[in-house]
Amino acid sequence: MQLTLEFGGGLELLCQSVKIHKVNVDLQAGKEKLTMRDLLSWVRTNLIKERPEMFMKGESVRPGVLVLINDCDWELSGQLDTTLVEKDVIVFISTLHGG
Amino acid sequence: MAEVEPKQKKASGRQCCICNQRRAVLKRPKTLEQICRECFYAVFEDEIHRVIVDNQLFKPGERIAIGASGGKDSTVLAYVLSELNRRHKYGLDLFLLSVDEGITGYRDDSLETVKRNEIQYGLPLKVVSYKDLYGWTMDEIVKMIGLKNNCTFCGVFRRQALDRGAALLKVDKLVTGHNADDIAETVLLNILRGDIARLSRCTSITTGEDGPIPRCKPFKYTYEKEIVMYAYFKRLDYFSTECIYSPNAYRGFAREFIKDLERIRPRAILDIIKSGEDFRISTSTKMPEQGTCERCGYISSQKWCKACVLLEGLNRGLPKLGIGRSRGLNGHKKDIEQINQMNNIQSKPCGSLDF
Repeated sequence: MQLTLEFGGGLELLCQSVKIHKVNVDLQAGKEKLTMRDLLSWVRTNLIKERPEMFMKGESVRPGVLVLINDCDWELSGQLDTTLVEKDVIVFISTLHGG
Repeated sequence: MAEVEPKQKKASGRQCCICNQRRAVLKRPKTLEQICRECFYAVFEDEIHRVIVDNQLFKPGERIAIGASGGKDSTVLAYVLSELNRRHKYGLDLFLLSVDEGITGYRDDSLETVKRNEIQYGLPLKVVSYKDLYGWTMDEIVKMIGLKNNCTFCGVFRRQALDRGAALLKVDKLVTGHNADDIAETVLLNILRGDIARLSRCTSITTGEDGPIPRCKPFKYTYEKEIVMYAYFKRLDYFSTECIYSPNAYRGFAREFIKDLERIRPRAILDIIKSGEDFRISTSTKMPEQGTCERCGYISSQKWCKACVLLEGLNRGLPKLGIGRSRGLNGHKKDIEQINQMNNIQSKPCGSLDF
């Protein structure tokens, strides 16, 4: 599944200072759909190069990291249970850096 | 992002609860309402306008400096304030005021952001530097003292630097981008530290009214989440790299705790601010008396202000002076021990918690 992932607010530093990643994520064997839960674990394994605790806490993002799916707050679409489809754009923004 | 086609499947069933027309894009932490982008801009700006009017933050004709770091909060503040000033005819003269701490690879980059903001928002910019004011850059200070108490120096110096910059600009007030999350965090920290004096003033929307330049916080009730969402949707140009001398500073446990609370119950942030406001300090509590520094004339509860003590230490090659409680200028062994014991408590990570 082709997805565009964007990291901002300082999170890009965790993935080699690259903000936009066009990625291909395969469905896990035996599963019919890809959820945000699956994507986060994929991102942690494949994109985050350092300090993963800045990005995740437990199986979700660290509190203070905002997530938008196709420019819509993921709190409106079911957060971890949101099902992703081809060409979705997922944005992660940290709010934790100085003001 | 322009190539993104609107997705229908996630749009269905999620209408804005204000206009009932457009697709909701945001859940407001304050009210849990689901709202669309246009209604979000409207309520976000309108709430800040209400805070400004209800608290009489400004008077027509005033000159106002916006403390601008290039980060999200001050960038959004500069944008919104210039917008509201035009829209509601506040009649304010707005300026951007930045402090150059002299941190290569951090502040020089964020100052570039402020310089772009100067052009984008048409606001004149004044930069004051630690080097000019104190004779030291943070790079030089860290070279001398290491990475242990550097945030103490930086915090004390920044506070004065902003006041001096504001005086140079001849402004009537200084506004800062401290948001609701910052204030809730400060309330908690001041309770934990037992700092009664700061606890009683940290929730005030305006402080320093008895001093030369009052400060106010128009974002006192504005959630960080909404500030960042606003900056994202409006594509505002802000800088978001952590300070190189304070890595992980934002992991401060109070901040983490606030963010955990917010996830469970977003109103908790406003509730903590309310608790801070409602704290009543017994009238018999002895508070530090505010005087002026004998050396530089800045407000101080001691003979010398904190900046002068720290500076004296740097210039004399005794950088631990002023760290901890010891105030003696001839470092006795006992003082040093005491200083060392205090380090753990006194050195706090940066995060502009003192205001």
